[in-house]
Amino acid sequence: MHSAQAIATGQRFWRLPVDASAHGPALDTHLLLNLWIALALLALAHLILLAGLAFRRRASRPVHTLLLEYLPLAALTLLFAFLAARAQQLWAAQRYTGASLTAMQVEVTGMQFAWYFRYPGADAAFGETKPTLVAPGEGNPLGLDPADRHGADDLVTSQLVLPAGREVDLALHAQDVIHGFSVPEMRLKQNAVPGQTAHIHFTPTQPGSYAILCTQLCGLGHYRMQATMLVLPPAAFDTWLQAHEAAAGKRGQP
Amino acid sequence: MTAQHSRWTHHRTVGFGYVAISLAAACVGTVLSLLMRLHLTWPAWSLPLHGLILPEEYLALVTMHGTLMLFFVLTVAPQSGFGNLILPAQIGARRMAFPRLNAASMGLTGLALLVLLAAFFVPGGSPISGWTAYPPLSATALAGPGQGEGMDVWLAAIALFSLASTLGAINTLTTIVKLRGEGMSWQRLPLTVWGWFTAALLSVLVFSVLLAALAMLFCDRHLQSGFFLPTGDLVNGVLLQHHGDGSPLLWLHLFWFFGHPEVYIAILPGMGLTSMVLANFAHRRVFAYRLMIATTLLIGFLGILVWGHHMFVAGLNPFAGSAFALSSMAIALPSSAKVLSWLATIWRSRPRLTTPMLFALGFVSLFITGGLTGPILAQPILDEYLHNTFFVVAHFHLIMAMAGIFGLFCATYYWFPLLFGRLLSEPLGKLHFAGTLIGAYGTFLPMHLTGLAGEPRQYAQLTGGGSGPAGQLLQTTLPLQHGITYAAFFLACAQLPFLLNLVLTLRSHLLATPNPWSATTMEWASQDFDEASTEDKPTGLVTYRGPCHYSEDGVSFLPQWESGATSTLPPE
Amino acid sequence: MSPILTPPEIDRRHRAHESDNGSGRRPPTDKLTGGNGEGGDNWNDRPQGRRGPRERLSQVRMGLFFGLFAVLMFFIAIVSAFFVTRASGHFDAYSHYVNEWLPTTIPSILWLNTAVLLLSSASAEMARRSMFREVDVMDEWIGLSRRTSQRAAAWLSVTLGLGGLFLVGQWIAWDQLAAQHVFFRSNPSSHFFFLITIAHAIHLFIGVSALIAALIGLRRSHKLASRQILVDATVWYWHAMGLLWIFLFVLLEYGQ
Ligand code: HEM
Ligand SMILES: [Cu+2]
Ligand SMILES: [Cu+2]
Repeated sequence: MHSAQAIATGQRFWRLPVDASAHGPALDTHLLLNLWIALALLALAHLILLAGLAFRRRASRPVHTLLLEYLPLAALTLLFAFLAARAQQLWAAQRYTGASLTAMQVEVTGMQFAWYFRYPGADAAFGETKPTLVAPGEGNPLGLDPADRHGADDLVTSQLVLPAGREVDLALHAQDVIHGFSVPEMRLKQNAVPGQTAHIHFTPTQPGSYAILCTQLCGLGHYRMQATMLVLPPAAFDTWLQAHEAAAGKRGQP
Repeated sequence: MTAQHSRWTHHRTVGFGYVAISLAAACVGTVLSLLMRLHLTWPAWSLPLHGLILPEEYLALVTMHGTLMLFFVLTVAPQSGFGNLILPAQIGARRMAFPRLNAASMGLTGLALLVLLAAFFVPGGSPISGWTAYPPLSATALAGPGQGEGMDVWLAAIALFSLASTLGAINTLTTIVKLRGEGMSWQRLPLTVWGWFTAALLSVLVFSVLLAALAMLFCDRHLQSGFFLPTGDLVNGVLLQHHGDGSPLLWLHLFWFFGHPEVYIAILPGMGLTSMVLANFAHRRVFAYRLMIATTLLIGFLGILVWGHHMFVAGLNPFAGSAFALSSMAIALPSSAKVLSWLATIWRSRPRLTTPMLFALGFVSLFITGGLTGPILAQPILDEYLHNTFFVVAHFHLIMAMAGIFGLFCATYYWFPLLFGRLLSEPLGKLHFAGTLIGAYGTFLPMHLTGLAGEPRQYAQLTGGGSGPAGQLLQTTLPLQHGITYAAFFLACAQLPFLLNLVLTLRSHLLATPNPWSATTMEWASQDFDEASTEDKPTGLVTYRGPCHYSEDGVSFLPQWESGATSTLPPE
Repeated sequence: MSPILTPPEIDRRHRAHESDNGSGRRPPTDKLTGGNGEGGDNWNDRPQGRRGPRERLSQVRMGLFFGLFAVLMFFIAIVSAFFVTRASGHFDAYSHYVNEWLPTTIPSILWLNTAVLLLSSASAEMARRSMFREVDVMDEWIGLSRRTSQRAAAWLSVTLGLGGLFLVGQWIAWDQLAAQHVFFRSNPSSHFFFLITIAHAIHLFIGVSALIAALIGLRRSHKLASRQILVDATVWYWHAMGLLWIFLFVLLEYGQ
C-alpha cells in the first residue's frame, strides 16, 4: 500500500497526478494524445509562420484556396472528429449509464466549507434528512431525521473511505451553494448543485489517500474546502466499516 | 442639406470616451491581478496601508478583475472604442447613425464603471462570486461577505452595461447597414467592419438575455422569488425563505448563453483587424477574402450554440454534453480557417515588420496557442479533468485576454497617425512588443502545467491546507508559482515603454505623412476631408474597389478611394 | 430643401430601382463578384449624398428594428425560464414529488386591457397614416396648414389615453390578485405572471413616454420630415409592444 508521502514525493508539476481509478488510464492516454497533437500543431503553425517571415525573396501571392484552406481544413476536421469520437466513447462509458446494481452507495454532501460522506449502513437505505434539523454543532451536519428508522444506522464521516476494486456510486448533494466535487487522482469531477442529486460512478483501483477538492467557487472558504479519500484494500475496508457502523449503530439507539 | 452636430456627439469624441473608460478599467484591473499573484505566491505578504489579504478579499480581487477586464476592457475598447473611432471613416461615412444615442451609451458605460468601482467601498466590500456570479452564492447576502450590497452594486453595474452595449450595438449595426458611402458594397467592407458587425449582432442578441437573468436574480435576492433557488436551501445556517423551486442551473444556461458569445464579441474585431493589418504590411490581398467574411459570420452563429461547454460537469445531462461537444468542436474549424488565411497571407511576402505588424503577428501566435487548447476542453471527458483548473485559465487568457490586448495594441499603433497625426516611435514600440510577448507567454504558458497538475482556479491560497493529500497536491505546483508571478510583473513593466512612447510622441512635433502605412482602406482617405469636422456633409469619397489592392511585384498599390491612378509603395 | 416623403412615393421609387433601397444591396446587373470586392459590380454610380429624409426614416426604422429584436430576446429569455420552471419540481422529505407551480388565475380584466391595447394600436396607426397623407403633407410642406400634424396629434392623444388606460387596467389586475393574496412572491407561476406583466408594462411605459415625446415634437419640431419620423418610429414601437402583449397574454392565459 502506498503511503501518502510516497505519492506526494513521486509527483511533479510536469506530470499528471497519480492515476488511481479504473477509467483513469484511458482518460490519461487520450489527454496525452490530445496534448501532444496540440503541441505538434502549435509547433507546425509557428514554423510556418516564422518560415513565411524568414524568406527574404518575395514569392507571388498564394491563390490556391483549395490547397491552402479546404484541404488543411478537411484534415483538421478528420483529426477533430477522431479525437471527439474517442472522447465520446469514454464519456459515454462513464456517464451514459448508471452504476451497476452492486455498486457501493455513498452520499456526498457539500456545504460551506466541508464535505460529508454518508454510508447507508446495514439496511442499505439512507434515512431522511431535513434542512430544518441541520445542526453541525450537535453532530448532525446533514440534518438526519431521528424519526426515520432508515437513518439510525447511517454512518456519516468527514473522510471518504472506499474499498479498492469495487465500483462506487456517489450521490452528490449540496446544502447551500454549488460546490465542485473533484478528485484529481481519480480523474473525477462533478458539481454538487443544491436542490438536485448528481450521480457519478467510478472504481478506485490503487489503495492510497487522495485529495478531494472543491472546484466550484463557493465562498470565502472555497480554497480550504478539502477532504481526503482513503482507498483501502477490501479486507481493511470491511474492518473499518464494521467498526464505524457498530459505533454509529450504538449512537443511533434511543 | 448640411447639418451641424455637436462636438460631444461626434463619434471621435465618443470613441475616445470609450477608450478612456477602458483604459481606466485596464489600469485598475491590472493592479488587482498583480495583487492576486502577490498573495498567491507570498500568502504572508501584507498590502501596505491595508494588511494581509484575506480569502474573501482575494475573491473580491478575482471578481472585480474579471468583471473589469472582460466587460470594461475587452468588450468596450475594441467594439465601442475603436468601433467609433474608425468604423464610420472605414465605410466612407461621416458619422454614426445615431450620434446622440451613441453619446448616451458611452455615458451609460462610464456610469456602469463608476457603479462597479463603488463596490469596493460599500459595507462588506465587493462581491466574491466571480464574473459568472453563480447562484445561490450570488443570490443571498448570507452566502458571504460582499454578497450583500457589493453584489447589488455589481448587478446594477452589469445591468447598466448591458443596456449601454445593446444601444451601442444598435448604432453600430444601423451605421454599417445604412450609412456605407458611395460604392461601398458589402463585399468591399474591410474585415474589421465584418468583425464589428458580427460582434454587434451578437451583442443585440445576448446582452438582453443577460439583462433578463440579472433582473430575475435581483428578484431572488430581494423579492423572495425562487427563479434560481431550490426549496430547502440552507445557507449559513439559515433556511432561505422564498417560494418555488427554481434551479441554479437555469442561471448557468442563461448566463453562458450570453457568456460564450460575449467572449467572441471581445475577439471578433481583433480577428478582423489582424487580417487587414497582415495584408497591409505584407502588401498582399487577404487570402480567401470571401471565406474570411463567411467564417466571421459562422463563428458568430456557432458561438450561440456552444454555451453548454461551460457546463459539462455542472449537472448538465450527459447527452446534452455530447451535443455541446460537437458544436464546440465545430467552431474550431472556422477559427482554423482564419489561422490558415493569416499564414497564407504573409507566406513569403517579405512583410514590413512595423510595430502594428508585430502585434498582429503576436495576435496570430497567441490565437493559435490559446485556440489549440479549446478543442481539448471541448471534449467532455477531458474537461472533467480540466474544468475549473488553471488549464482553463491559461486557455482563455491566451486566446481572449492576451490576443485581445494584442489586437488593441495593434489598433493603437496602426491608427495612431490617423488619430493624432504622429507616428509612435518604432524602437520603443518594438521593445514594447517583445516585452509583452515574452511576458504574456511567460505568465500563461506555465499555467497549463499547474492546471494539469490539478491546481483549481479561484483558490485564495495554495499552501496552509495542511499536510493531507490535498495540501500536497497543491504544493506540487508551488515551484511554478513564483515564476508566473515574476512573469506577470514583467508583463506589467513591459507596458512602460508604451506609456513613454505615448508621452514622447504626443509631445513631439514630427507630423506623420498622410497614409504612412500605404494602407488601402477608406479611413486613410479621411485625412483629406477632415474627419474631425462636425459638419454633416457628404464626404465626397467614392469606394472603387475592395481593400488591399497591392500589385503583385510589391511596387504599387491602389487604395479603395482612388479612381484609377496607382500609388507607389515607398522603398524600404 | 428636403423633399418630403410619402409612402406611395417611396413605393414608386422602390419599384423603379428594385434593388437600390439605399441599404446597399447589389444592383441586378451584378451577376457575380469575385472575392475581395472584385468583379463587375458596377457600384460606382450610386447617387451621392444619401442623407435625405427618406434615408433618415429608414435608418431610424432599422435602429428600431434592432432594438425591438433585443427586446424580443429579453422576453424570450424570460419565457424559456417560464417553461423550464413550470416543468420542474423537487422531492420533499417524504420522497413525494412536489411541483409548486399553481397556475395563476388570470383576472378577466386582462381581456379588456388587451382589447384596449388593440384599439390603441389602431389609433396609433391612424396617426401614422395621417402623417403621410400626400395631399395634406403637400399643404403642410408649403405651409398652408398643419393639418397632418394636428390630425396625428389628435390620434396620438387617443393612443396615449388608451395606453394609459391599459396601464391602469394592468394595475387593477395586480390589485385584484393581491386581494386574493396572490403576490409576486407567492409561487413560481405568480413570479412569472408578475415578472412578465411588469416587464411588459415597463416597456409600454417607455412607449407612453415616446408618445408624449412625439406629441411635444409635433408642436415643436420645425421640420415636417422630423415630425414624420418621430411619429412613425413611435407608432412602430407601439405596434410591437401590442403584438408582444398578445403573445405574452396568450402564454399566460393558455400556457400555464
Ligand atoms: C477554438 C475554439 C474554442 C473552443 C473549442 C473553446 C472551448 C472552451 C471550453 C470547452 C471552455 C470551458 C472550459 C471549462 O470551463 O472547463 C472554454 C472556456 C473559455 N473560453 Fe474557450 N474555446 C474556444 C475559443 C475561445 C475564444 C476565441 C475565446 C475568447 C475570445 C474563448 C474564451 C474562453 C473563456 C473566457 C473561457 C472561460 C470562461 C470562464 O469559465 O470564466 N475561447 N473554452
Ligand atoms: Cu465548495
Ligand atoms: Cu465558451
